[in-house]
Amino acid sequence: MQPTRESHSHSWHRSARLLALALSLGAAAAARADLKIEITSGVRDPVPIAIVPFAPSAPADGGLDVAGVVQHDLEGSGRFKGLPRERMPATPTQADQVVGAAWKGAGSDYVVVGRLSTLANGSVAVDFDLVNALTGAKLATQRFVGSTSALRNAAHRVSDVIYQKITGVRGAFATRIAYVEVDGTPPNQRYRLIVADADGANQHLVLESQRPLMSPAWSPDGLWLAYVSFETKHSAVYVQLVRTGERRQVSARAGVNGAPAWSPDGHKLALTLAGTNGNLDIYVLDLDTQTLSKLTDDPAIDTEPAWAADGRSVYFTSDRAGSPQIYQIGVQPGARPKRITFGGTYNARPRMSPDGSLLAMVTLDGSNYRIAVQDTASGAVRILSHGRLDESPSFAPNGATLIYSERDGNRGALATVSTDGLTGLRLNATEGEVQDPAWGPFGP
Amino acid sequence: MSEQVSMRRMMMVLLVAAALSLGACASKKPKFVPAPGPNAADTGAQGSGANGANAGGADEEAEGPQGGMLATRLVYFDFDSSEIKGQGTDVVGAHAKYLASHGSARVRLEGHTDERGSREYNIGLGERRAQAVRRALLLQGASEGQISTVSYGEERPAVPGHDEAAWAKNRRVEIVYLTPMPAGAPAAAPKQ
Repeated sequence: MQPTRESHSHSWHRSARLLALALSLGAAAAARADLKIEITSGVRDPVPIAIVPFAPSAPADGGLDVAGVVQHDLEGSGRFKGLPRERMPATPTQADQVVGAAWKGAGSDYVVVGRLSTLANGSVAVDFDLVNALTGAKLATQRFVGSTSALRNAAHRVSDVIYQKITGVRGAFATRIAYVEVDGTPPNQRYRLIVADADGANQHLVLESQRPLMSPAWSPDGLWLAYVSFETKHSAVYVQLVRTGERRQVSARAGVNGAPAWSPDGHKLALTLAGTNGNLDIYVLDLDTQTLSKLTDDPAIDTEPAWAADGRSVYFTSDRAGSPQIYQIGVQPGARPKRITFGGTYNARPRMSPDGSLLAMVTLDGSNYRIAVQDTASGAVRILSHGRLDESPSFAPNGATLIYSERDGNRGALATVSTDGLTGLRLNATEGEVQDPAWGPFGP
Repeated sequence: MSEQVSMRRMMMVLLVAAALSLGACASKKPKFVPAPGPNAADTGAQGSGANGANAGGADEEAEGPQGGMLATRLVYFDFDSSEIKGQGTDVVGAHAKYLASHGSARVRLEGHTDERGSREYNIGLGERRAQAVRRALLLQGASEGQISTVSYGEERPAVPGHDEAAWAKNRRVEIVYLTPMPAGAPAAAPKQ
């Protein structure tokens, strides 16, 4: 396991609350105001798995319930259902202690066992086994070693291995998210750009301002965040090295500077500029040469660029047809835009899935703004969320989940939904409102 | 480390609780490694703003004229519209007349939208509204050098709330007076 990049695991009580709430599975979709895992109707049969509490190694383990973190990860994906601890027939910590029949009898197809130990140099080792309860076969055995402060990250790496072994899809539990938190009531808001683990733990403040912050975007290597800040009383685009806080202003041109999007090779930023006449268009800024090229040239609002995975074209929002729709344009000179969305009167904020098979967007569904995905091959559209004001979708790097922001009660919250639409999870802020999430890439 | 042990205790308490209300526990402000502040030296220095960086420090807000309609600094808009109408027409007219007769007066037009729809697209809509007011001011005698624009989209609502009553108050352009240009300064195109 790698040490966490931030040295401050401050909001432990926040992460504890999120974790505890997520574990206390409520009835499907019943309560709305409280934090729960919302399971929408029609969920497929989740894989029943027993994650037995790992043998601790105090004090180096810091009291972290590693198995609890793993269970929260796997259940939040919607593809697993954990066996409640009170129904566990035994408490093995090694594979050879697992009696498959007992676990099969309790309803589990798989059993995860593990143990923590403190090594001579003070670091912590996490050993775990994944056992098939039906056959008794050991599907995975692995050890992660690191510092106490990195133990939570190790738990997420355990989840990744289990998830991949059983589903065949790479896990994204050890990744990070960025988002904006807003405190105070209008017109006296304060804005914070925050980086956290994908489950909302380990929140780390990137920037704080009395003027708006928006549109965080991760560089492909996960080291930088681009974002828009109004700290000079005009919009400007900055890039900031997350680990050190070092930041650079990359565009503060007259008029609008917005919607930064890193090219897949990390050397360019697509962004929105407007100039004195206020006509928003998409540009590409070469970060190495500082040259600017113009992608769109149209009196309409053209904004919200998102790169295709091959870096050869950019999707964007344009209202050139009268209301927002999504278009695609090649980045080579002379390219012409092609319209991509045709259903309904409002489709905006495109994001391409990592494998290029799905285009996520915000769509107006009746009078509700919702998250939808469009199959890039067939054009079929699936509406994934169910709120009134859902926006800002961002794919997990494995393409299996989208994070987005929603406002159903009176608070802005983050939520995730699986790309098949069957599972949702809500992450609520304990203070203020959260919005504008961006899911970071896989770690090194 | 004692925090981690308390965390486990807290988790067990919460697991037992049937319903959990947000904010029930007092929450600390997060500790953080502070990034350089907004006025850090590198903010302007490394900008690639060859076309005119936004030097926010030069644009100090001022009280501006107060008489009659000039005290009104807000123009409101219908949903999805940047058309100035109703009382907005009178407000814009009054400020245009003032700007036309006070050549060193300057304003910054701040465009806003309600919260519905996509954020960066709403920056575009807010800019459209600010530009509509700008064009109306220019048509009625103000000059280019007196006007700059900024769009906040949905990011800076004037009032809280999530219904049409609140949304109507957030779809607006705010006319913000800035310190007047020094006497004799040319009315050049604005750096904004």
